[in-house]
Amino acid sequence: MPIPPRSSEVAFTVNSALPPQAPVPDSGNGIVSRHPNGAPHPRQGSAAPGSVGNSPAPSAGQPSLVVRDLQHWFGSGTNCRQVLDRVNLTIHPGEVVLLTGPSGCGKTTLLTLVGALRQVMAGSVQLFGQELNGAGRRERQLLRRQIGMIFQGHNLLRCLSAEQNVQMGADLLPGLGYRARRDLARQWLRAVGLGDHLGKLPHDLSGGQKQRVAIARALAAQPQLLLADEPTAALDSRTGREVVELLQRLARDQGCSVLMVTHDPRILDVADRLVEMEDGRLSEASITGRSLSGSVG
Amino acid sequence: MLLDHLWPKRRIPLAWLLLTRQPGRLLVALAGISFAGILMFLQLGFRDGLFDASVTLHKRFAADLVLVSPRTMSSIAMASFPRRRLVQVMADPDVAGTTPVHWNFLLWRNPQTRSTRSILAVGFEPGDPLFTDAGLVDRTRVLSQRGRVLFDSLSRPEFGPIADWYKQGRTIETEVAGKRVRVAGLVELGPSFGADGNLLTSSETFLQLMPDLPPGSIELGLIRLIPGANPASVAARLKSHLPEDVAIYTKQGFVEFEKNYWRSSTAIGFIFTLGAGMGFVVGSVIVYQILHSDVSDHLPEYATLMAMGYPLPQLLGVVAREGLLLALLGYLPAWLAGQGLYAVIRNGTKLPVAMDNPRSLLVFGMILSMCLGSALMAMRKLGDADPAEIF
Repeated sequence: MPIPPRSSEVAFTVNSALPPQAPVPDSGNGIVSRHPNGAPHPRQGSAAPGSVGNSPAPSAGQPSLVVRDLQHWFGSGTNCRQVLDRVNLTIHPGEVVLLTGPSGCGKTTLLTLVGALRQVMAGSVQLFGQELNGAGRRERQLLRRQIGMIFQGHNLLRCLSAEQNVQMGADLLPGLGYRARRDLARQWLRAVGLGDHLGKLPHDLSGGQKQRVAIARALAAQPQLLLADEPTAALDSRTGREVVELLQRLARDQGCSVLMVTHDPRILDVADRLVEMEDGRLSEASITGRSLSGSVG
Repeated sequence: MLLDHLWPKRRIPLAWLLLTRQPGRLLVALAGISFAGILMFLQLGFRDGLFDASVTLHKRFAADLVLVSPRTMSSIAMASFPRRRLVQVMADPDVAGTTPVHWNFLLWRNPQTRSTRSILAVGFEPGDPLFTDAGLVDRTRVLSQRGRVLFDSLSRPEFGPIADWYKQGRTIETEVAGKRVRVAGLVELGPSFGADGNLLTSSETFLQLMPDLPPGSIELGLIRLIPGANPASVAARLKSHLPEDVAIYTKQGFVEFEKNYWRSSTAIGFIFTLGAGMGFVVGSVIVYQILHSDVSDHLPEYATLMAMGYPLPQLLGVVAREGLLLALLGYLPAWLAGQGLYAVIRNGTKLPVAMDNPRSLLVFGMILSMCLGSALMAMRKLGDADPAEIF
């Protein structure tokens, strides 16, 4: 049996410049040889989304997310309040986009719409080429399997160990046996640096560790898009920085695009692109004094 | 590896972990379910025990068919009919033999405390087969002496320490219906619902104890058929030949007739079924409370799972499995405690209460429907989990 990778750098060596079809080298990964049916390598599964969901495999040029003239209201009649006003946003595979703006400006609403958690009212949201406007409950549920979500609170299942929490993410992958999914969960936990805390309950982990488990859980489902809502809000600055860098690196290795809402000015430099929202409108922010592509990794 | 093939859908046992990682709550839930189960076992056990106890003697009669008066409603009110009818029955070629039986409640004086109490006296010809156990027939020969009775050693203790005294070799003389009798031996029959104790005696002694009884009248006629005869068809034939002043039953029909009296003419069945129903309601409330608060507490986690792409039915399945687990885990202690309680009841009341399969299954079915019904109610709460609210 091949020895599992010792470090995350070995395990996820996809160059972020490559299109997401690029598979992870099989050497150094035990899952292929152990998988009973000779089904695709889990990493390949992530790289070729067609095997995960029913959306067509995106070409290198196809964006993960296209938002066109998205509008959203809360309430009805005289209480009706518009929270999103003709929002346009495009995110390409592997791109890390940070969304900032004052609280109450509609960032979270945008996130829930893009995350297929809310019905689209007007405008268009295309996830991996699939239109969300008019999509039913079941379609949205299936689409959500290709989206990783990281919350402000870690939202881990309290009754499950770190390993089991991550496996809840891996369990969404089709065609993998229990053992393969468990091994996958363990690899992800090692990748986020928690290889020694597999059996611990969330209760026994620190805030930063919990958030890293949440990242492992989100990535274990091999998403093509990662949505994060202020993942550093509950963390101190150093831990927050570590978590975000980890998130960025792992997402890049997976060819997974990231849309992250944050207020934290210290982590803005991990972004490929920075967008700012104010009063329901989106504007491309100028990122001054920073090199975008070469900052990290 | 092999397990992966046999069980490809194997998942993290979320329902099990949700329950067991909160041991305090689980214990409360199991205590509640077990309590409900014990209550059901107790009530149903009493009910069935009382019905069974009403036929302790009936089941032992050496008879295929039974003649009684049509005015007889139950064993505590046996009316008499002419003994001639039993002689007429002998004319049928399928009848092998008959036993005329006197049956009445008489006052027994406790030889120790001198207080009196009603006891069931059964009179028959010594040597006639009365009960199915053959050893008893030999013991009844001592009854041919006038004024002798056989005392049921399983009778309630209020009749006096007859069995103990007899085993010590003492001569026990006491009064029955104001006449002196001597205990000539012991039998083991057991009290029934209507009779706290039994004594057997000869017809001659019986008539001596009840001098007002019209001669030639009996309360019960036991009929034995030749091997291979069909009791039901013989009963129908005899019924057509005999006048209206007797009713004829098969042995099983006689047993059911007696049980049916207690079931329909008394409040016993209603009271104890209601008691079991109360256990069901109490258990349902407890399980619902537990599952509902469990779902409420974990609502953000359920919403997270929905946000991750888990379909709602799968999460509903988790709640259903929690209910199923609670039913299985709660039933076992209830069953064990039921066994213990039945032993206590048997010793305390001498009622024939025992754990039988139909009742075990019935109570399990009730606990299962209690838990699954509560799970179903708790599932509605899961509909409140809105993944859009967790960001």
